[in-house]
Amino acid sequence: METEILARIQFAFTISFHYIYPPLSIGLGLVMVVMEGLYLKTGNRIYEQMARFWTRIFALTFGIGVATGIVMEFEFGTNWATYSRYVGDVFGSALAAEGIFAFALESGFLGIVLFGWNRVKPGFHFLATLGVWLGSMFSAVWIVIANSWQQTPAGYHIVGSGLNARAEITDFWAMVFNPSSVDRLLHVWVGAILSGAFLVLSVHSYYLLKKRYVDLSHKAFKIALVIATIFSCTQLLTGHRSSIGVSKNQPAKLAAFEGHFDSLAIADMYLFGWVDKDKQVVYGPGIPGGLSFLTSFDFHKPIKGLNYFPKEEQPSAVNAIFQFYHLMITLGILMIILSLLGSWMWWKGSLFRHKWILWLFVFAVLFPQIANQVGWYSAEMGRQPWVVYGLLRTSEAFSKAVSANQIVFSLIMFTFIYVLLFALFIYLLNNKIKHGPYDETEIEDRPLQHEIAEVIETRSQKRH
Amino acid sequence: MDTFLGIDYPTLWFLVVGALFSGYAILDGFDLGAGAWHLFFRKEESRRIALNAIGPVWDGNEVWLVIGGGALFAGFPVLYAAMFSAMYIPFMLFLAFLIFRAVSIEFRSKEPMLWWRRLWDINYCISSVMLAFLLGVVLGNILQGISIGKGYEFEGNWIEFLNPYSLLVGLTTLSLFMVHGALYLAMKTEGRLFIKITLLLKRAILFFVAAFLVTTAYTFFKVPHLSDHLNAHPILYIVPLLAFLSIANIPRLVSKRKYQLAFLFSALTMSLMLILVAIELYPMLLMSTINPAYDVTIYNAASSVKTLKIMLVFVAIGAPLVGLYTFFVYRTFWGKVKLDDTSY
Ligand code: HDD
Ligand code: HEM
Ligand code: HEM
Repeated sequence: METEILARIQFAFTISFHYIYPPLSIGLGLVMVVMEGLYLKTGNRIYEQMARFWTRIFALTFGIGVATGIVMEFEFGTNWATYSRYVGDVFGSALAAEGIFAFALESGFLGIVLFGWNRVKPGFHFLATLGVWLGSMFSAVWIVIANSWQQTPAGYHIVGSGLNARAEITDFWAMVFNPSSVDRLLHVWVGAILSGAFLVLSVHSYYLLKKRYVDLSHKAFKIALVIATIFSCTQLLTGHRSSIGVSKNQPAKLAAFEGHFDSLAIADMYLFGWVDKDKQVVYGPGIPGGLSFLTSFDFHKPIKGLNYFPKEEQPSAVNAIFQFYHLMITLGILMIILSLLGSWMWWKGSLFRHKWILWLFVFAVLFPQIANQVGWYSAEMGRQPWVVYGLLRTSEAFSKAVSANQIVFSLIMFTFIYVLLFALFIYLLNNKIKHGPYDETEIEDRPLQHEIAEVIETRSQKRH
Repeated sequence: MDTFLGIDYPTLWFLVVGALFSGYAILDGFDLGAGAWHLFFRKEESRRIALNAIGPVWDGNEVWLVIGGGALFAGFPVLYAAMFSAMYIPFMLFLAFLIFRAVSIEFRSKEPMLWWRRLWDINYCISSVMLAFLLGVVLGNILQGISIGKGYEFEGNWIEFLNPYSLLVGLTTLSLFMVHGALYLAMKTEGRLFIKITLLLKRAILFFVAAFLVTTAYTFFKVPHLSDHLNAHPILYIVPLLAFLSIANIPRLVSKRKYQLAFLFSALTMSLMLILVAIELYPMLLMSTINPAYDVTIYNAASSVKTLKIMLVFVAIGAPLVGLYTFFVYRTFWGKVKLDDTSY
């Protein structure tokens, strides 16, 4: 039991830490593609400056994303040996595909994106940036497919029994397009894009408040605001689709999301609340029949509550799941309100005149970060007690060969490293922001990209 | 069993995994090796040049580890589970050093303070050394076998991985990477730094030859099961022979100042040595020192043929793509290192 809990804590800790960075990289990737695209289109120096600035910050999030991601890949083998044997046939192929198709694309072009500004033509640099962004989007594809397969297994059969039981693929595409993968992938993508867009909004609001890089920040802010507005509204739709999916495929999880206990009854939907698991009640303002309506468009349709399921198949931390889920939705709604408000003020021409809205945007960077984390917590804790839904229990999945002491050792080690890493990340991020997109005191004398292109052109002509 | 070109699928996948790890050794080998030399360079500028020599490529090199790990997980889940849970501590340390190294490269030049740069320099060097060494230690354990028990679960003591043979293989790996790294740096540098590297290179070659000879002798006398396949098919002795010739060729080319060719030969040496490992093991993956019944072989560890087929298709599509990106990156950054405003 102790080993199991420790292994779970370790997994949750390392993945939560990892998941701070990939969304930022994916989101910033999109922002960089747009900025560089605008530069190519308009030839305006200012877009190049902002693209280069955000590339430097991207390098930071990307680097830590890679370093912490490799830990995740091997942790399945180290801490979850039984699980690895069980799912390897199905899940391993998704992970391998991620490496071949996504990480290679990302990391291959990363060198050019970071160090190639003076070496390749602007068009090619743009392609490299696009490649890195697409690579990061693809890497989310495979890992989310793998995770979705754990949530809603499909396209497999079980061979062997007892210790030797394992899942084998029977239909690759059914595995890939398992019932939840598309909805969840869209939801994860959009969540990632939001976290990048809100970071850009935050930093440029800060500059505007400090009256630095004003012209550049106006432009960058607007780019990010468009992205944030489109995607925060989209997120409501993708989230809604996920809820419908959960109601079909994982009814016990849905019941935990809303603290719905009664076996088969009309279910309410809460704005917020507190779940008393012993008394089986939720305190808080709710829409009577709301959950029933959400899943079937009928306020009076009874749906399955937690008690419908045997005790050993219910997720246990109902209140925590409820809170995480509601926090995610609240933050989603807040982001919609904030970005719509920003767009409206932009339209009215008063956006950059009010300090309070800029201050709001400075702090809103935390919204998508927190929503991403608690989103995963609700999805993963709602899946308990199963590691592979309905097939393999978490309590059976960990490595028998690894002792509690060894896990404690590695947990302490990772805590130490990650705290250090996080401190460094914040320190350097802060430095880069203070330092800004360019040195305000001196005029840049670096050649423009198209001038570099001409030099490269003549040089290569000479060679021929 | 299903076959393709007369070879069964687990064997094909064994070859793919072997190729991936050879690719990893050759590519990350030179940047780990270059890192191991870092503290030998005294001047700030030299250190920056050495760092920027691997700057645009080290991350891409590491992807081979990620792909290799994925390929192991997908193709031989039983091995993946057994190996990583058995050698828990060395792998955790490996991951920790991997993080420290990545962070050192990224952060070192972000601040001008002397103490800051010293700190990351030391970190970078030590973690590069330890990574190369730990890779060798793991390889040594795989060669020698470990206490795998029922259900392919490890039953030994966690400290078992530290044994004389594995330590020797660890040292040999480190020394080979250092030769490889020095050759790479020799290709990428000029002036005084270049001269310094060529001097260090000579020492590295001596270190490697010594470690290699001791390890080979130890293998013959103390780990005899590793020569079984060679003795059964004496024709295979050609592989160690070629490896030996390839090693001997390195100092020859170095003295003629043909560093690029020498680099190719150190890459060739690595592949030959890994081919030798593959010959010695096949079809074994992880020998149980408790009972042959618990041996992990490519047949009892493999995924279903269907999965292996799917992944071979992935490899067929993916490998040319990876080759293409790699080509572009190396072409873009070809030639001697010049520092500019985007450098580390
Ligand atoms: C592909 C697989 C996969 C992916 C993409 C994720 N997880 Fe997960 N997660 C697992 C595979 C998994 C697992 C291996 O299946 C765990 C380990 C033990 C368990 O019950 O499930 C798990 C457990 C687990 C737990 C512990 C839950 C509990 O024990 O009650 C948390 C909090 C998270 N995960 C959080 C995350 C976060 C923040 C992710 C964001 C990236 C994430 N998971 C992605
Ligand atoms: C258990 C789950 C996960 C595992 C095993 C895992 C594994 C990895 C590995 C091995 C890397 C480093 C690859 C490299 O060298 O480039 C990595 C980085 C990355 N991962 Fe994860 N990952 C997990 C969760 C996720 C999720 C859920 C997402 C996306 C939504 C994601 C997106 C990324 C991205 C975009 C990178 C590239 C680095 C970056 O952009 O910061 N990962 N991951
Ligand atoms: C606005 C209303 C939202 C709704 C209705 C919603 C709904 C959901 C649901 C039902 C799940 C569980 C899916 C499953 O277990 O299969 C989920 C998971 C998740 N949510 Fe949301 N969500 C919303 C907003 C957000 C926002 C704004 C973010 C981040 C910026 C976010 C990030 C996540 C993440 C990362 C997960 C875990 C991955 C997954 O399971 O898809 N969500 N969400």
